[in-house]
Amino acid sequence: MNETYYERRDLEDFPHIGEYAPEPGAKFFEYYATATSAGKLTAREKALIALAVATVRHCPYCIDAYTNKCLSLGVGNDEMMEAVHVGAALVAGDTLAHATQMRKIIKQKEM
Amino acid sequence: MMHQATSRTDPADAFIERLTDCGAFPLRASGIDILQLNITRRCNLSCKHCHVQAGPRRTEMMSRETMTRCIEVAGTEEISTIDITGGTPEMHQDLEWLIIKLAALKKRLIVRSNLLVMLEPAYRRYLDVFAANKVELVGSLPDCNAEKSDRQRGVGTFERVLQAIGELNQRSYGVPGSGLRLHLVHNPVGAYLPGPQAALEAEYRRLLGDRHGLSFNTLFCLVNTPIGRYLDYLKRSGNLSDYMRALQCAFNPQTVTSVMCRTTLSVGWDGRLYDCDFNQMLNLTVNSGAPDHIEAFDYARLAGREIMVRSHCFACTAGAGSSCQGALKT
Ligand code: SF4
Ligand code: SF4
Repeated sequence: MNETYYERRDLEDFPHIGEYAPEPGAKFFEYYATATSAGKLTAREKALIALAVATVRHCPYCIDAYTNKCLSLGVGNDEMMEAVHVGAALVAGDTLAHATQMRKIIKQKEM
Repeated sequence: MMHQATSRTDPADAFIERLTDCGAFPLRASGIDILQLNITRRCNLSCKHCHVQAGPRRTEMMSRETMTRCIEVAGTEEISTIDITGGTPEMHQDLEWLIIKLAALKKRLIVRSNLLVMLEPAYRRYLDVFAANKVELVGSLPDCNAEKSDRQRGVGTFERVLQAIGELNQRSYGVPGSGLRLHLVHNPVGAYLPGPQAALEAEYRRLLGDRHGLSFNTLFCLVNTPIGRYLDYLKRSGNLSDYMRALQCAFNPQTVTSVMCRTTLSVGWDGRLYDCDFNQMLNLTVNSGAPDHIEAFDYARLAGREIMVRSHCFACTAGAGSSCQGALKT
């Protein structure tokens, strides 16, 4: 059997996620379009941010969509990888920053 | 209701279904504004995406006789633009003669060039021939990243194109207000679709202008059409079905009325007539009802002909649309 929860073709279903709740669906898409299209930041900058978030969030659909978008916008492979490192560094930093809680507790508890 | 397909169109074709859904089938020409002449399939390069499958060993060349007939047809009042393409037009021994004759018509005259051929001693004179005849140049530069561009066209080609642009800029090509227009063509180096033309143009300007001091008028973004060598690449790399799906998902009904075949007539090296250069490479001559050779050119019968559409047409209707003049909707 060749069934998986995540299928590449599911990405094509994204425009239909408003099904069963069209009003919030439409509002989401309006927001999504505004947030991800060029504003003060360029389309390239936003695509790189989205790619970094997609990898951090482990979303295969968004990684596919935004890798393609970055290629389409002429973003270099090296630039994409740098963006992923920003995401990776933030995850590492965020993990280590939470060690503060551990360190505080250790200091509180140890004699 | 599904329209009755003509004897030469395949009713099962997904593109016909989409056209039918938006009430645009059969697709018909709405005049002939552009006469596109593909005068040779010879080229000094063998780019990986080339739909013409052009290369140094190709021998097809338009004869003087056919050119003479094309010049007569180009004089037709309704035709405003003559667009010379190939292969590499400079490698046709009669290009200079053809340009001088066509320039005398005082119409918009375009030559599509890979630009770097003009650095070769045998073709250098074209830098000046084009300028003297006010030819509008459309030069291919698939990507503004050297490594990517070279992957498609061969090592060192990017640098040489930049050098050729520099030479053209010295002759005022691409300099705003000079009247000598130089456009560049971007097409994806791989199995993806081009981004918005304006964003890519800004990127080209940033890299070519700011870094190299080069100028051009407009960037045309082209979607790669899944035929010729590009089709071979898609098959070889296992990307064909994904790419076709991407094209179909990006189908934009608003582009249908402006696809270039509606206002273009494409002439092959042997004088045969096609709806576009892509159909030419597939040997799909114009619909059987209309004359299919330049010798039998008849404006009235060709101006409203039914277009021979196939699934490769999805490349013209994806996203912002695509044509030899770049995106259809910007
Ligand atoms: S794409 Fe243009 S330059 Fe490249 S091989 Fe084809 S005709 Fe020649
Ligand atoms: S591929 Fe040719 S015939 Fe098909 S839509 Fe594009 S221009 Fe028209």
